[in-house]
Amino acid sequence: MSLLELDDVTRTVPLPDGDPLTILSGVDLTVEPGDRVSIVGRSGSGKSTLLNMLGLLDLPTTGTLSFDGVDVRTMRSGRRDRLRGSDIGFIFQQFNLLEGRTATENAVVPLIYASGSSFWRRERLAREMLERVGLGHRLDSLPGSLSGGEQQRVAIARALVRSPRLILADEPTGALDLETGQSVMDLLDEIVEEREAALVVITHDPAIAARGDRHFRLVKGTLTAASSSSATIDDEPFPSDRDVTAEVTG
Amino acid sequence: MRFLTSFVGAILEAWQEVRVHRGRVLLSLVGVTVAVCALSASVAVTDLAQRAVLEQAESSSGRPFTITGNVSANGTPVPGEADEAWFETLDRFDISYATRVAFDYAPVQLPEGVADASLLYVDQPYATLHRTRMLEGAWFAPGDRDRLAPAVVVNAALWERLGSPDLSTHPVISSSRFEGSDLVVIGVYASSSWDTEPALMMLAPAAIAALPPGTFDGLYPYYEMWVPEESGDELMSLVSSDLSSRLGEGFSVDVYRSDYGALMDDPTAALRMLTLGIGAVILLLGALGLLNIALVTVRQRIREIGIRRSMGATAGRVFFSVMMESVVATAVAGVVGVMLAVLIVKLPIVEEFITQGLVEDLPPFPTSAAVFGVVSAVAVGALAGVIPAVVAVRVKPIDAIRI
Ligand SMILES: Nc1ncnc2c1ncn2[C@@H]1O[C@H](COP(=O)(O)OP(=O)(O)OP(=O)(O)O)[C@@H](O)[C@H]1O
Ligand SMILES: [Mg+2]
Repeated sequence: MSLLELDDVTRTVPLPDGDPLTILSGVDLTVEPGDRVSIVGRSGSGKSTLLNMLGLLDLPTTGTLSFDGVDVRTMRSGRRDRLRGSDIGFIFQQFNLLEGRTATENAVVPLIYASGSSFWRRERLAREMLERVGLGHRLDSLPGSLSGGEQQRVAIARALVRSPRLILADEPTGALDLETGQSVMDLLDEIVEEREAALVVITHDPAIAARGDRHFRLVKGTLTAASSSSATIDDEPFPSDRDVTAEVTG
Repeated sequence: MRFLTSFVGAILEAWQEVRVHRGRVLLSLVGVTVAVCALSASVAVTDLAQRAVLEQAESSSGRPFTITGNVSANGTPVPGEADEAWFETLDRFDISYATRVAFDYAPVQLPEGVADASLLYVDQPYATLHRTRMLEGAWFAPGDRDRLAPAVVVNAALWERLGSPDLSTHPVISSSRFEGSDLVVIGVYASSSWDTEPALMMLAPAAIAALPPGTFDGLYPYYEMWVPEESGDELMSLVSSDLSSRLGEGFSVDVYRSDYGALMDDPTAALRMLTLGIGAVILLLGALGLLNIALVTVRQRIREIGIRRSMGATAGRVFFSVMMESVVATAVAGVVGVMLAVLIVKLPIVEEFITQGLVEDLPPFPTSAAVFGVVSAVAVGALAGVIPAVVAVRVKPIDAIRI
């Protein structure tokens, strides 16, 4: 059974003037356990909207989204939230660590919403996970005192601490320099493989996208499969804003 | 199982939140702390004052239920006749806590000269009925009535006028009332700080023996009886009719309830209502301050709430956690407020003011006041936490993370 299945999904939002704005249209996507999916698309193409939907934070306006073969729309919101907690891990571009909490306190967060032994053993599990991402010596550091790469590693530890079956990464290297980004991705790939989780990465970076096994491109809300790892931003009809900036400064 | 982990988890989250934002939390709680302190201190003061008032009332008019009986002869009384009837009646109804009380006024010989003193002739149970407390020495023992020299207990004022003698040296005073015979001071009883005139108490049988015949009856002694509250009213009428039938036509009998319970239910009720009212208003103001700051900060925390939702927090959980923050914080404020209240109430000057020197050992800070303070703080925290919790639940996770 597929982990995630999107069938003809559209997402529209009503604009203040009353007209609906279509962000996603006719999206079909299947994610199997252990899949490596990469999605590229220019800014504003709907990548984050899609990722939020994959993470059950958002529901399709039309079409069906199924998790483990169950139509997400038929679930009560509490069940969706718990499913998200136990089976899905998020990694964000801006790390989104909680301010003022140590690395351990951050990595513990998903386990706070767990029950049973993962709840009661949460401190140990969080520390083990931080050690796994190479931060065993920074357990009590606050995010402000960590480098970008370290913060993202804390975020990876947090995303994986409950051993979810699906990891969703929204431009995980977007705020990191090239080298740090590469090493963070190396680590993410490694752990995802270890835990046999599926990974969906959204990125601007062709090199990051190339790490996936299945490649997609999102153009103005429409998802298309890209045949090979050569599918990069450069193939897009319009270069993204971010790439323009990168060229100017770089 | 899930309920337990959710509950513990929410409290932990709330505690962490309070800890991380302790600066702002502290600021918002100043009002609540002050309010709880005021509330709990006023409850405590009223409580202690009530004890002081009651103790004072009991020492002057007896403890509940005290029956007082007057017997007056219509003609010339035969000495001891009324007493005889009293003994039989008390015996019949098995009333063991009973005492005669007769007031007298006589000059006593003091080192500095002769001074007038109030004399009270009582029976041995008087001390139990009036909760008489001894500062020095002891109250009359059952055998004291047979002493050769009558024993007396004196008030502090008289004892000091005697030069505060050591009671083991058997200090004596003499009074012309007893034809100069020595009265042995065996104890010093406590009385209110404004009781500055010399006063002494003596056992009635000793007084009857020492006074000229008929004198005691001429003082119009009355009887006080301390009886169980449940049967007080019943006993009152029984004693009255029994005495009347024993004494017959020649006497009029008047039996009535004399402790403070006969007059009012709770002498401090009004004070209590007033302080509670003031405390409640302060607490309400504190809660408004708390709510205000909580509302401002919940908006600043939209991103954090979004992150938590993406990590599996349900809407219910977010609601509960945000509300618990307020509860945890106010619980801490409540405990601090109560501790402040304890410190204030225990200040010697405050203690002295409350008790007016009447209560023997001031009882510890009333538990009821402490519990009341913390509970009302927590209640206010829960109330003030609901609104930010509703705001927090309405945060859309996607929008929150987008920021
Ligand atoms: N709730 C909403 N209301 C109005 N417009 C929205 C809403 N959500 C998304 N959009 C619009 O939909 C489009 C897609 O948004 P989305 O955040 O998915 O883009 P993205 O591909 O992640 O962009 P970026 O690379 O800049 O992060 C944007 O133009 C955005 O302004
Ligand atoms: Mg985006």
